[in-house]
Amino acid sequence: MIKRVLLALVLAVVTAPAWAQGPLRIEITEGVIEPLPVAIPAFVPETPESADMGQQISRVIAADLVGTGLFREIPRDAFISQISDFIAPVQYADWKAINAQALVTGAVNVSGDTVTVKFRLHDVFSDTELGDGLQFAGTTDGWRRIAHKVADVVYSRITGETGYFDSRVVFVSETGPKDSRRKRLAIMDYDGANVQYLTGSEAIVLAPRFSDRGDRVLYTSYETGFPRIYVLDVGSVQRRVLESQQGTMSFAPRFAPDGQTVVYSLSQGANTDIWSMNISSGQSARLTSAPSIETAPSFSPDGSQIVFESDRSGSQQLYIMPATGGEARRISFGEGRYGTPVWSPRGDLIAFTKQSKGRFHIGVMRTDGSEERLLTASFLDEGPTWSPNGRVIMFARETQGAAGRSTLYSVDITGRNLRPVRTPEGGSDPSWGPLQR
Amino acid sequence: MIRTFSLKPAIVLFAALSLAACTDPSRFGDNVTSSGPLDGAAGLAGSASDPASPAYFQQSVGDRVLFAVDQSTLSPEGRATLDGQAVWLLQNADYTAVIEGHADEQGTREYNLALGARRADAARAYLVSQGVQASRLQVVSFGKERPIEVCSDEACYSQNRRAVTVLAAGLTG
Repeated sequence: MIKRVLLALVLAVVTAPAWAQGPLRIEITEGVIEPLPVAIPAFVPETPESADMGQQISRVIAADLVGTGLFREIPRDAFISQISDFIAPVQYADWKAINAQALVTGAVNVSGDTVTVKFRLHDVFSDTELGDGLQFAGTTDGWRRIAHKVADVVYSRITGETGYFDSRVVFVSETGPKDSRRKRLAIMDYDGANVQYLTGSEAIVLAPRFSDRGDRVLYTSYETGFPRIYVLDVGSVQRRVLESQQGTMSFAPRFAPDGQTVVYSLSQGANTDIWSMNISSGQSARLTSAPSIETAPSFSPDGSQIVFESDRSGSQQLYIMPATGGEARRISFGEGRYGTPVWSPRGDLIAFTKQSKGRFHIGVMRTDGSEERLLTASFLDEGPTWSPNGRVIMFARETQGAAGRSTLYSVDITGRNLRPVRTPEGGSDPSWGPLQR
Repeated sequence: MIRTFSLKPAIVLFAALSLAACTDPSRFGDNVTSSGPLDGAAGLAGSASDPASPAYFQQSVGDRVLFAVDQSTLSPEGRATLDGQAVWLLQNADYTAVIEGHADEQGTREYNLALGARRADAARAYLVSQGVQASRLQVVSFGKERPIEVCSDEACYSQNRRAVTVLAAGLTG
């Protein structure tokens, strides 16, 4: 009764949609994927007061799945049979008739401030369930997280990959015109819901970066009049400034996977180099010592290497060096300038910003610089960040001219499914946190 | 078969605490370069007709030098402006200055911060070479965060690629 669908991600293989026959699955490849039709009836309310939540949860699950570009939701008015009882056998023929490949059924029980959600994933054309039914319980305030958890399980069972819906993004929320823009740190669900502000906008704040566990955020602030690096605890919203030398500027921080080491840029006079610091002891070490600009460091997932940008060759290019410093090898050789490299959580790719012929692009390349792929193009695309499963990149796009505004977007690493991430204000410098536990 | 998972209620706690996160600007003293009028235009003491006034420095001496795309080399015009700034600073020894480096929007954020530092330091180093005490000068880069012109053309970009010498009365008393 349980079908295990294990799929390796094979980027190079181009295949037709695999769901037409055989087991229910999507192979995420570079090939054109026809979205898989999925039916998601409102989750059955087990009490009268659970009805609204049953509707809302099923809507969020559908938005998550459709938002990947891999699924297409069958409109509810096309349904032949309704799901009014979570326990009763599903009439698969009625769902085959409307070509629903997958069917997600569920039940919701709201009791006080607790909500319990049960669901099943059905492989319609196999007349059976795909995996066990599952139940999640949480507070009613956290109902969207439960919906994201359900969608993550559905996504994972059908694609064979880890999901990314129950995750958060820290970013810079922006208001005002270009010459007096106000910026403050904000955190939100990956889909733009539940925005909370972490700082005021009295001082410029830049480039927040999550720790790998998502419990802390590094960012740069001009609170003192000079750029300095702060670390903020997401739970308590307490923050402190990191050690810095008088007369220097520090910025572009990122955590190492150990959560203890921070790499960042330090400007002394005209020169900018990469340093590392133990966040507890404040002990720092210089990792580069060229007279050129070295900035935007990002660790490999195993913590052994750092990718960064440097103009030591005369223009901005990408380099990789050992995490302790030392000889760096250049990996970008295409036409144009490369900056803001970010190592993927899978370890296989580097995302970057590229400037070429007056346009900006978000792109990816392998860690040896091969197989460069540009995913976007616009007047100004900048600052990629990876989804926890390494399948999607979020970035900021600024529009041209006096009324220019910055907005967050996401795009699949195949270059498909470019879409704006709706936020209450403008947005920039996103940093995608881990899948929540 | 149904398996049960319970979610930790961390998200609820967070929403309540974030209200306390707003920055209290009074805690950070005189944030002269981080908010409010930049580039020294407003609030300068004195009349532009008084050669010892900051207003004179800004308007008659010239408080800024401009740079070519992705460059931090001083132009002949820039050096002439800095010559005037050096003379003024030597004659008005009770002023200190913060030199702000800026970039246009055609560049990534981190790189532009570093590029602005190069520009500010080029101006600082030139002033020091003309006899201004290094201890009177600080540098800061705003990268592309604080353009003064907002169009997306070279006419605006050329004004935004700048190093601005912002005076502060620091050595009096």
